[in-house]
Amino acid sequence: IFKISNMKLILHNMLTSAMIKGVKKGYPLLLRATKVELQPVEFDAGFVVHMLPRLDWSGVTAAVQCLNQLDLLQDPLPELPPTVPDDYANNEDFLRKAHIALMQLDVIEGCLVCPETGREFPIAKGIPNMLINDNEAA
Amino acid sequence: KISICTMASRPESSLPPELYYDDKEAKKYTQNSRIIQIQSEMSERAIELLSLPEDPTIRSSLLVLDVGCGSGISGAALTEAGLNWFGVDISSSMLEIALENEVEGGLARCDIGHGLPFRAGCFDAVVSVSALQWLAYSDRSTANPIRRQRAFFTSLYACMSVGARAVLQFYPADELQLQLLLNSAMSCGFTGGLVTDYPESAKARKHFLVLDTAGTRPMPAAQDEAGGRHSTKQQQPMRKGSKAWIMRKKEQYRRKNPDSKALPSDSKYTGRKRKPRF
Repeated sequence: IFKISNMKLILHNMLTSAMIKGVKKGYPLLLRATKVELQPVEFDAGFVVHMLPRLDWSGVTAAVQCLNQLDLLQDPLPELPPTVPDDYANNEDFLRKAHIALMQLDVIEGCLVCPETGREFPIAKGIPNMLINDNEAA
Repeated sequence: KISICTMASRPESSLPPELYYDDKEAKKYTQNSRIIQIQSEMSERAIELLSLPEDPTIRSSLLVLDVGCGSGISGAALTEAGLNWFGVDISSSMLEIALENEVEGGLARCDIGHGLPFRAGCFDAVVSVSALQWLAYSDRSTANPIRRQRAFFTSLYACMSVGARAVLQFYPADELQLQLLLNSAMSCGFTGGLVTDYPESAKARKHFLVLDTAGTRPMPAAQDEAGGRHSTKQQQPMRKGSKAWIMRKKEQYRRKNPDSKALPSDSKYTGRKRKPRF
């Protein structure tokens, strides 16, 4: 069981702005983090293996690159391969790297940006605010 | 001091949830042990109705969505059941309490009536405790409750993985509201229906929408007073021409034409099957 109340990259990867009228895809949301923290979280291979097929992997690698560039961490996040390896279910080295990126990086402050409309969703105290107005809704 | 069970009006009829659950109201969810107990029990029952595998290794690989997670009472039950979860709620005060409670689920703030902000196929299961009745009301002239319900249920279906189940406990104000919500859900691709625990008691009865995304799974048994389980008659959405449909149409007419005497009053003959005369 993970302590996951702060937004982690696994949550970021599942969020979309598609509830906005006119948005076709709505992900990956651009990640503009201003405050992040690395938190130790127990590695559960079964969870990572179960989640990997439903992730948008290019969104994961883009978020990791973006965060590493921002240079907010003492140590950068591990580099991830551009595609999920075929043997991922048994590749512990890959699973552990994916785990660090997906589960141990907390985004505390910042914002998410819709890739199609530029609409911003603020993140405060680790909680993304995905509220939109009635007239924005599809 | 007015206790919850003697409240004369329903919270949904006074304010929308993001205004109703201000800091003062939200505080009850940390201090009122009876509220917490009832919410916890319903959370446990909802998780039970999910009928997930008992194996803890399987459970710890799954991801559950908690709709209207509020202060984290249902989230705590999910964590206790060995499940990972993300929770959404519209109220910042309630989410603040969830943070104070150090819940072990990812949180996001959103209005479910606009559609859930998740990609397709993310969740293995969904629970909701005492949240959906808020979709039955709207005080804003731009927002249509039925449209909001459809937006919610459509996006819910989409963000569930194949074969996933959603169990949504809610408090309908009346039979009409219940049917409208059930109809909205069933018109968005789900199979399943309504399970009502303790159906004979107006005070004790609890409604759970049990919605499956694939195939026909047997509906779980409802609980009754004696603690026994019996197969609940699955409530189907109203068929056109059925007695329930006739009653609803008459009710709609009465609402729109309160002074009209044109409508025959209800009796045991209303909507009764007639003998075929051909």
